[in-house]
Amino acid sequence: MATFKVNGVEHTLDVEADMPLLWAIRDELGMTGTKFGCGIASCGACTVHVNGNAIRSCVTPVSAVEGQEIITIEGLAVAVAGTNTSAPDLSAVQQAWIDHQIPQCGYCQSGMIMAVSSFLASNPSPTDAEIDAGITNVCRCGSYPRVRKAIRALATA
Amino acid sequence: MKMNRRRFILAGAVAGGGVLIGYSATRPTRHRRANAELVQGTERFVTSFIKIDPSNEVTIYVPHSEMGQGIHTALSMMAADELDADWEDINIEQAPAIDLFANGDLVKGFAGEFGVPNFLMGLVNVSAFAVAELMNLQTTGGSTSVRYTGDTAMRTAGAAAREMLITAAANRWNVPTTELTTELSHVHHNASGRSFSYGELAADAALLEPPEDPVLKDRSQFNIMGKAISRNDIPAKVDGSAMYGLDAHSEDMLYAAIKLAPVFGTRLVSVDASEALAQRGVERVVELEDSVAVVADNYWRAKKALELVNATFEESDNENISSADIAARFDRALAESNGSTDKEVGDAEAALENAADVIEANYRVPYLAHAAMEPMNCTVHIQGDRADMWTSTQDALSMRGRVASIAGLAEENVTFHQTYCGGGYGRRLPFNWNMIDHATLIAKEFDVPVKTVFSREDDMQQDYYRPAVHNNFKAAFDANNNVTAWHSRFTGPIQVPGASHIPYGIEHQSIRVVDGDTHVPIAAWRSVDHSQQTFFTESFMDEVAHRAGVNPYQMRMDLLQEHPRHRKVLEVAAEAAGYGQNLPAGHALGIAVQESFGSFVAEVAEVSMDADNQPIVHKVTCAIDCGWAVNPDTVEAQIESGIIFGLSAALYGEITLENGRVAQGNFPDYEMVRMATSPEIEVHIVESGEALGGLGEPATPPIAAAVTNAIYILTGQRVRELPIKNHDFSRSNPVAQV
Repeated sequence: MATFKVNGVEHTLDVEADMPLLWAIRDELGMTGTKFGCGIASCGACTVHVNGNAIRSCVTPVSAVEGQEIITIEGLAVAVAGTNTSAPDLSAVQQAWIDHQIPQCGYCQSGMIMAVSSFLASNPSPTDAEIDAGITNVCRCGSYPRVRKAIRALATA
Repeated sequence: MKMNRRRFILAGAVAGGGVLIGYSATRPTRHRRANAELVQGTERFVTSFIKIDPSNEVTIYVPHSEMGQGIHTALSMMAADELDADWEDINIEQAPAIDLFANGDLVKGFAGEFGVPNFLMGLVNVSAFAVAELMNLQTTGGSTSVRYTGDTAMRTAGAAAREMLITAAANRWNVPTTELTTELSHVHHNASGRSFSYGELAADAALLEPPEDPVLKDRSQFNIMGKAISRNDIPAKVDGSAMYGLDAHSEDMLYAAIKLAPVFGTRLVSVDASEALAQRGVERVVELEDSVAVVADNYWRAKKALELVNATFEESDNENISSADIAARFDRALAESNGSTDKEVGDAEAALENAADVIEANYRVPYLAHAAMEPMNCTVHIQGDRADMWTSTQDALSMRGRVASIAGLAEENVTFHQTYCGGGYGRRLPFNWNMIDHATLIAKEFDVPVKTVFSREDDMQQDYYRPAVHNNFKAAFDANNNVTAWHSRFTGPIQVPGASHIPYGIEHQSIRVVDGDTHVPIAAWRSVDHSQQTFFTESFMDEVAHRAGVNPYQMRMDLLQEHPRHRKVLEVAAEAAGYGQNLPAGHALGIAVQESFGSFVAEVAEVSMDADNQPIVHKVTCAIDCGWAVNPDTVEAQIESGIIFGLSAALYGEITLENGRVAQGNFPDYEMVRMATSPEIEVHIVESGEALGGLGEPATPPIAAAVTNAIYILTGQRVRELPIKNHDFSRSNPVAQV
């Protein structure tokens, strides 16, 4: 049995302890916003937050998140809004993704947004070198120049 | 020879008995069928791409896949502008995968331009291909959506619908159509101050005969086209709600992990699945001709159990083939055969014999995988004589047809459920059937939906690859250092003409292709032949310039007297990049230009070498002449995307064969440009006002040569083989920029 919260809702799943969180979220809970890209923590498409920190769910066994709070892309805006009932429907990062017209195929962007959200929460005004080191997700469509512009805009906002 | 596109359309109209492109807007039966089969309540199709409901909401059906190129928005902009619709009340829908929305005529348009539609036919013999099958396509590829479907069908549909709405209003008011104007989804009669919304007129308009030749707007009349309009697919892509093929889900769904024959073209001989079958969640092990699959109640369980399956595949001579063998075979073919003609101008052999000097250089590029972020997957649910299916694809209609044919069902009994596509780049075109077929055969064994998923390793090792290609060059110079002959022998096949696409005014040219077939399956890869041939041509042109002692930019300009569009983009990119001006110490600029898919692109790469003697690409300055820009922001995004895609291949990309099988498995073996290695990109759109060019592909071809031409200046080493990562630049000997 594995018990953890996803976007504020507690789930108890009868799954193996070594099942990666990604497949528990996708195939067991049917939440498909978190993507499968590589299965070896290389591309970051599967990034979710555990207690606010970005992790790659494809290599994180459910046993490692027992009793933890997991936020996926579907719950990001609500998690960021917290107790602010007048917060917009999208987080600032998500809105910046629309403003800068970042996603192309969009498949990697759930993970990219989760990675950047956690990154900016811990470093609100990153240098370019810090962005390079902190954001390592793969985007095959090459949205990087726009991601960088959006991060810079968010950092100075 | 390049046909004039508009003339081609007219010619097609005569030859084919209906207007070839855009006919769906003007052939009356189509929108009547749409009205009969697709509408609910009182809404009406006015033409087959445009639906207007009584509340004046306009829905535009786009018969192409959205893979991030922004075509749902761009094509809708084109229809809406001609319709004089209110953009605020436009709905955009992916056209359903039914023959009503086939776009096979666009394939014919492409074939007319290039001679053969091999770009999506793979190695299928086109002449043996039934016209009916050719028509049953809904292809998104060849950078065609905006320039063919958009510029002809969608605009024509919008303009035709507008004229029909005007006629309907004129009939109601009993006034001449010339007294009526349209604006924001309304028809106005200014003389009387009366107005109808389009919604009020749609039912009447739908009964009218669509005009044969509706008048399209002049660019000065555009209200929507030409503006940087936000893409309609983006909001769903930031909150996790966008559905891709892999996101098909139901409570009773089963999941298949599959092992295909690791050596291409071999069959499954035997399977010991006893251990796999004992694993938790495993339902069944399915044996297919060339593969074995484990079906379980969760993909991870299926994949884990698959690793316990002991599968034996037949032995094959191909097991002994490595990349080195293929390279040797290519070199042998080039040495032994003069190949067949791709392009012959003048007498290059004689010019080489009589030359004051000749330079030779041998180039090669490896196989490349597509590596879309969404691994290949397909979900099929067969129930009796009908089926549902989900897959991310560049051609929904042909995927439906393929599943129907493999499952033995009537095509109209298969429902294709639309999703976004997590990257295509050519991998998800028809004829790359290797996992659609498998998913269908596996699903035939069950009465619940079965989702077959490639792991990243499967995706990389069971692709249809950009071919490995060798190209051996010679150039002849006269006593005054003028280049007089260009001689190229390369390994095929030619999927779209690339090598012969050389625009340079060299008097004698001999370009010939020799057999390059291997057991490795190949297909179109973003920009197809241009991806390799532009690297070859633009690198060797740089060698020619350096040998002649002429600045490579000037050399190109001199040899492009007959090609003003090439010259213009070169000029704009060079000036914007500061070509010829002082650069930071240790930086150099490389330049390359190519026309592909109707667009002209010049790129200047600013490069330096780091402490480990590896190149850093700081900035790429690009100028593109795509005729004009329907959505300038989308144009820029596609340029950025195409450059980074090509840069990943240039720096890192190689698929190698060991023992007949692909050696690379996942991203560390097939690295991508990431944030830290992504250059700044500056895009300049040159609006020549010529016919629209494509955008999905044309930015990819020039980048490799732009970078390696800069590396030559920095290191004195000419990179004649990609990827760049395999080169040792530790003994650098910088070259003076001429």
